[in-house]
Amino acid sequence: MTGEAPRPSTGQAPLLSARDLRKTYGPTTALDGVSLDVRPGEIVAVMGPSGSGKSTLMHCLAGIVRPDSGELRYRDRDLITASDAERSALRRSEFGFVFQFGQLVPELTCLENVALPLRMEGVRRKEAERRAAHWLDRLDVSDVAGQRPGQVSGGQGQRVAVARALVTDPAVVFADEPTGALDSLNGELVMRLLTECVEQSETAVVLVTHEPSVAAYSHREVVVRDGRIRTSAGLSR
Amino acid sequence: MSVSHTLLALLERGPRHGYDLKQEFDAQFGQDRPLHYGQVYATLARLLKNGLVEVDAVEHGGGPERKRYAITAAGVSDVEGWLSRPERPDLYLNSTLYTKVVLALLTGRDAATILDVQRAAHLDLMRELTRRKTRGDLADALICDHAIFHLEADLRWLELTGSRLDRLADEVRR
Ligand SMILES: Nc1ncnc2c1ncn2[C@@H]1O[C@H](COP(=O)(O)OP(=O)(O)OP(=O)(O)O)[C@@H](O)[C@H]1O
Ligand SMILES: [Mg+2]
Repeated sequence: MTGEAPRPSTGQAPLLSARDLRKTYGPTTALDGVSLDVRPGEIVAVMGPSGSGKSTLMHCLAGIVRPDSGELRYRDRDLITASDAERSALRRSEFGFVFQFGQLVPELTCLENVALPLRMEGVRRKEAERRAAHWLDRLDVSDVAGQRPGQVSGGQGQRVAVARALVTDPAVVFADEPTGALDSLNGELVMRLLTECVEQSETAVVLVTHEPSVAAYSHREVVVRDGRIRTSAGLSR
Repeated sequence: MSVSHTLLALLERGPRHGYDLKQEFDAQFGQDRPLHYGQVYATLARLLKNGLVEVDAVEHGGGPERKRYAITAAGVSDVEGWLSRPERPDLYLNSTLYTKVVLALLTGRDAATILDVQRAAHLDLMRELTRRKTRGDLADALICDHAIFHLEADLRWLELTGSRLDRLADEVRR
């Protein structure tokens, strides 16, 4: 078997750089000193048992949740000290998001849903819908463009959600259990299309999953347990 | 499973006669296949020749002399190396891995690390199979899927064992 991974160069400067992130919710320590770099084009799977802090880590990296302490940079910007307005502007222009479900606006058609992030950026409607149609085509769901999310299957809905995450040409896509509600064939299709698309655009992906078959689409995995990243260096006593 | 590494690791807990070593092996791992005495003594002779164990006492009773064996520093690092190396993912894996986990617990090592190292090896192979699958035709995909599902089953076992290590430690040390 040949083992050539299309892995991005590790010499590149990281897009996201987190050092010693800590986050508590009342008595619960969700993150207990996590450090992680994400480089351009890199697909990093975040694995670990339920409640270990995967989503919290993703939300911190994406500037949704502010960690209690630690350092966090996106390119040359400090995400810890950035204002809420700066952080949400960054999320809109630089990041894309895919969640397990419930992310599409039920009143809008699939095409309008995909166009929405562009509209919020001030792109004119016609242009936004043209670009949205392109992404629906890339994800092989052009046929549901005019339908509402409630009228499409779970697998189609997730592909529409991926199209929406990619339509702004983000530098990083954050995906939290993107295939969690799908059967294995549909999950595989979503992962294959997502990884094909990001490979061409050098988009990085932070992929939260507890399914090994989904993590297998990543370049590397980190395992979170009790709010810490487990390292497999050395057999300590 | 590597009988010689297993006996060596059991010796790490303290010097033993061949007879006691066999009893201990059978109690811990011999459920379906207890060791023969011949195998124990042949293994010890080989370990002795390779400098991984030494004879630390000889008893001359009424009958034949009884040797007591102790692990050497080279033996300890041999055990360490074996425990640290992931097994090649395969179907016989779980019994070997189970043995490694129990031995790590018995010898006071971090068993969770063994599981982590193995998970990484499994995921690497899954990545390779996934890449092959997406590039190939349907026949390739089906063959790769068969292997991937077996690896998934192993990975589920690794996860579950990881979350039960504390209980397992209590049981094997009892
Ligand atoms: N907003 C919140 N308020 C209070 N506690 C929270 C909040 N978010 C997370 N937690 C707690 O922090 C810990 C980590 O949660 P997190 O959602 O990051 O886990 P996870 O690894 O994503 O789990 P899962 O696989 O079940 O999604 C948990 O104990 C959780 O209960
Ligand atoms: Mg979560």
